[in-house]
Amino acid sequence: MSSHDIRRPFKRPAISDQQRRRELSLLRQSQNRRDAQLQARRLASTLLSLQSTQHDYNEQQLDIEVTKVPAELESYAEETEDDYGDHKEAHHDLRQATKLRGHEARLWFAKQLMHPEWMIDVPDNLNTDWYVFARPAGKRCFVVSSNGTTISRLRNGILLHRFPSALPNGARTNNSKSAQSYCILDCIFHESDETYYVIDGVCWAGISLYECAAEFRFFWLNSKLAETGACDAPSTYHRYRFSTLPVYNCDKEGLQTAYAGQVPYVKDGLLFYNKHAHYQTGNTPLALVWKDENCSQYVIDTDNKGQVPSQQQVVLELLDDGRLATSDDPPVIFGCLLGAFVQKTELHRGDLIKFAIGEGGLVVVNGKLEKADLQFLGKSNRARAFADSYSKVLFQHAARYSHLRIEHLFASISSCVEDGNSTQDAEMAG
Amino acid sequence: MAMEVTQILLNAQSVDSTVRKHAEETLKQFQEQNLPGFLLSLSGELASEEKPVDSRKLAGLILKNALDAKEQHRKFELVQRWLSLDMAVKAQIKTCLLQTLSSPVTDAHSTASQVIAKVAGIELPQKQWPELIGSLLSNIHQVPAHVKQATLETLGYLCEEVSPDVVDQDQVNKILTAVVQGMNAEEGNNDVRLAATRALYNALGFAQANFNNDMERDFIMRVVCEATQSPEVKIRQAAFECLVSISSTYYEKLAPYIQDIFNITAKAVKEDVEPVALQAIEFWSSICDEEIDILEDYGGDFTADSNVPCYYFIKQALPALVPMLLETLLKQEEDQDQDEGAWNLAMAGGTCLGLVARTVGDEIVPLVMPFIQENISKPDWRQREAATYAFGSILEGPSPDKLTPLVNVALNFMLSALTKDPNSHVKDTTAWTLGRIFEFLHGSTVETPIITPANCQLIITVLLQAMKDAPNVAEKACGALYFLAQGYEDTGASSPLTPFFQEIVQSLLTVTHREDAGESRLRTAAYETLNEVVRCSTDETAPMVLQLAPIIMTELHQTLEGQKLSSDEREKQSELQGLLCGCLQVIIQKLGASEATKFVFMQYADQIMNLFLRVFACRNATVHEEAMLAIGALAYATGPDFAKYMPEFYKYLEMGLQNFEEYQVCAVTVGVVGDVCRALEDKILPYCDGIMTQLLKDLSSNQLHRSVKPPIFSCLGDIALAIGENFEKYMMYAMPMLQSAAELSAHTSGADDEMIEYTNLLRNGILEAYSGIFQGFKNSPKTQLLIPYAPHILQFLDSIYMEKDMDDVVMKTAIGVLGDLADTLGSNAGSLIQQSLSSKEFLNECLSSDDHLIKESAEWAKLAITRAISV
Repeated sequence: MSSHDIRRPFKRPAISDQQRRRELSLLRQSQNRRDAQLQARRLASTLLSLQSTQHDYNEQQLDIEVTKVPAELESYAEETEDDYGDHKEAHHDLRQATKLRGHEARLWFAKQLMHPEWMIDVPDNLNTDWYVFARPAGKRCFVVSSNGTTISRLRNGILLHRFPSALPNGARTNNSKSAQSYCILDCIFHESDETYYVIDGVCWAGISLYECAAEFRFFWLNSKLAETGACDAPSTYHRYRFSTLPVYNCDKEGLQTAYAGQVPYVKDGLLFYNKHAHYQTGNTPLALVWKDENCSQYVIDTDNKGQVPSQQQVVLELLDDGRLATSDDPPVIFGCLLGAFVQKTELHRGDLIKFAIGEGGLVVVNGKLEKADLQFLGKSNRARAFADSYSKVLFQHAARYSHLRIEHLFASISSCVEDGNSTQDAEMAG
Repeated sequence: MAMEVTQILLNAQSVDSTVRKHAEETLKQFQEQNLPGFLLSLSGELASEEKPVDSRKLAGLILKNALDAKEQHRKFELVQRWLSLDMAVKAQIKTCLLQTLSSPVTDAHSTASQVIAKVAGIELPQKQWPELIGSLLSNIHQVPAHVKQATLETLGYLCEEVSPDVVDQDQVNKILTAVVQGMNAEEGNNDVRLAATRALYNALGFAQANFNNDMERDFIMRVVCEATQSPEVKIRQAAFECLVSISSTYYEKLAPYIQDIFNITAKAVKEDVEPVALQAIEFWSSICDEEIDILEDYGGDFTADSNVPCYYFIKQALPALVPMLLETLLKQEEDQDQDEGAWNLAMAGGTCLGLVARTVGDEIVPLVMPFIQENISKPDWRQREAATYAFGSILEGPSPDKLTPLVNVALNFMLSALTKDPNSHVKDTTAWTLGRIFEFLHGSTVETPIITPANCQLIITVLLQAMKDAPNVAEKACGALYFLAQGYEDTGASSPLTPFFQEIVQSLLTVTHREDAGESRLRTAAYETLNEVVRCSTDETAPMVLQLAPIIMTELHQTLEGQKLSSDEREKQSELQGLLCGCLQVIIQKLGASEATKFVFMQYADQIMNLFLRVFACRNATVHEEAMLAIGALAYATGPDFAKYMPEFYKYLEMGLQNFEEYQVCAVTVGVVGDVCRALEDKILPYCDGIMTQLLKDLSSNQLHRSVKPPIFSCLGDIALAIGENFEKYMMYAMPMLQSAAELSAHTSGADDEMIEYTNLLRNGILEAYSGIFQGFKNSPKTQLLIPYAPHILQFLDSIYMEKDMDDVVMKTAIGVLGDLADTLGSNAGSLIQQSLSSKEFLNECLSSDDHLIKESAEWAKLAITRAISV
């Protein structure tokens, strides 16, 4: 029972830095745990809302619009079923998709994006029905914001980033959003300025944009992105900046601006979007990509050492009967492997095989492939999800021998503009 | 035999270490071979007036140590051992002990007092030794004063040892009566009066009923106040200690006495010797603590559910209290800033002034400002220091509106004082005051910034300069810089510190290398500030943070190069390693948060991991904890690639999980297991057998600090989520443990706030484990393995819902578990879910919650349930 110590802390911070480090670690760990759990629930809840509508429950919080997203994803899987024969993965729903690994995962995720065809000839009405914009160089990905977090996945399904963003429900601070309010954007991640350039979008705050024309999608995304602050500089709850792109009517000025104008990013070709086209997963001729040396560093494909190979290379998928197909729907057949050769090289149905185009080249008659001189090189890189599309093979071929030049595009526009008074307002100011 | 014990006990205190060791060994053997005989002969030795005082005293101490220990599990063993002793043996020992109280030898009766209290601490809760208090009280009327003194001391120790609820009110009344009578001024013997006053200090916790009775309370208060006027210093001090204890235990009963207490304390602060004056100041600090708590809890609104109203004692005493405290500030000691253990009138007074400012806010400012203006420029350093200290003390509490204009005026003066004042004491307090200014008035939430583009450079220049001053001044300057950086935490992409970043970092590194950096905690302060500067840095300075990484790594590497060190040097080395690991942890976390910097930083990952592994080879808990924390951050940043470090790292992970004694290390390691699970996902599988074994051992250990158990449960969930259906083989061990923990934590009836808080942590851990397990098994063909557990889990959810005491975190986790259960088990659990309370009332309550996290989890649960019951 000696006297009792009454010394109080004197000129000292109330909490030690070590304690602070400990607490910050615990905070990070519990947030990561929550993220991991939310991730599992988010995918499941998307599926649940789909099933609920299928069973026609009248749950008031089930937004009909929301349910279209997975429904659309699902129906796409059904449509393509034939192309992949009896592949089991054709019916994967979103939830099962999370369990997919490797090749299957790549196939599944790649199928969710719209892939523009390569422009091998100039479409009609380019100046009235089409938009043009300069495509940023970078990683094409899906960005999904939901349940307080934002996730980007490359076209092969690999996770690129998980981060907080100002997109609806994209960070834990955006309260008052229901779990069903999520966004799916089609973006290109541009490394040097760490910015997601939004080239399209399929779902905004739970509203499906799949069945909307490009004109509406661009308008909607442009105004909504600005409202949320997603285009602001990064901050604690907004890790990466998003940016819209200046999109032009594809008239003379528009094309000229897109082709030669200054943009804050590195260009990789031009994208042409048909104004009336819906967002269509897979290859589509209603969106086109075109490039030349002036607007892209990568006009002709390079090999994995960055060298342009002396012969053009193509990747084709081996079908059941030995036929070699492109990724198009329906596929274009480039040739056929003999059964004995398939057996000897231990190839299987569904394998992606790399060929060089030999001296015989490609013979195209009336827009149809007549003959291709293919030389077997081997299986393609495992990271590949798809065979080349027909348009890509032809564009690459043309790039080597008779390139579709910018002058051709301008000429095509001039020929259809009789009065010479093209509208020049840029509808989408990025 | 008896003679022999005496000699052994004396030998055990011999200056000759051989003799001593031999005696200690003999005692140990005796105890092991015949415990009852050993304890009996010790108590006989203690009681015998013929024995030398030294052997009696040691006999008593050994007895005491045979009844109690610091470590919880050892204490428990000793209690069980005593309880299982033969009744007759115990009775004989107790008789000896009570008999010793009458000994005229102070050392003997005082040791006996403590042993009696220890026995009482074990036996009274078991309803044994009922006659103890009665026989003690009968001693009170014995004539010899030393018997009375010994008895009062025993009562005091007894009250310290046992909990109030094991003593009847009737006996409490008798104890208090005896104690208060002993304190009374009429008691002529000062030793008795002191023993009684000290006994009251411990008995206050027993006096709840007596303090509710006006007459009894008046009487106790009068006796205590009178004792503060005793001519004997020790009695005055003990009486003020009672007042301090009363101020927190019976705050709501103080109103009738507060005026008298103010007069008594004011006089003591002015006139009495320091130990008494310090207690008098402490009384007011303690009142501030109470009122700050009350005002924080209820925000001044007492009509609601407040238990204790605020009586605003401080507000009422303010006009007299503040001048009294200001006066103490002038009583500094010459070198108090260099003395870690110093505690004097000026320090206590300034601390109290700071608490008063927090209690009353704006009102204190006009009362203190004249003192500051009067003294701040005086030639006597004491006056300048006191004025500065007063200013620094009132910066927390008053509103920024009130303080900002004053600070704007004072800032330049302070900066100049820190540079030019000839007195190091003044500089120390000035730097500390600058730190307080930045802590409370600088930051993104403050409307009018104190630091502007115009003065920022000057402030930083002055602080960096002061970091070259004496160690105590430099330490405070580091502290000021810490808060300066912290205020810019949320500045967005561009920080005003960016132009100075390089210089600040360089200066801090220079401080860490000062030869005298070991004094005044300077090196630690410099690293802590460096950490904060890194934490609050922006993308603009990321390249410089990147450059810092190899510098700190090199320093850590140097500490690991094997030179032979003395144990003192080794301790310093360990401390430095801890600081360097802490700094690397902050750097990893900062750079790992952005893809671009993470990518570049990863070039160091191998080297850094190698350093951490070498750090583990050193035996020091703090260093292990720091290295572990850093590895957690590294695992998070590295992701799946962390797998390559696992073969080497695993053994340290296991060691950490086995570290019961330094439970912080164990706790941190458990967190890192979670990090590694999320980084490796199913690649962690090969290590899971070992990890799970350790975690389950930890959970069943009663040696491990209880605070580690909730995170261990959460960690089971992390593992299950990472390895999915592979968790199957652990189910037979993990599930029963979760189940019994769930049962224990379902009800909290009768628990105090602290216990309820712990129970909620435990529930949250258990629920996170269930969530992880359900989610991990989702879509697995083995889902049906979980079905048998569903009824119990739903019952657990129902019972914590009905208990109505869960916090928001538990609520969110609980409703999430309901969703996970429904989602994973689907129609298999449909009817079970429908029968549960949770799926109705609880779910609805969560759906209408204001907390969006709860609501979100509830919406998820609702969807999952809808599906489960519809199929």
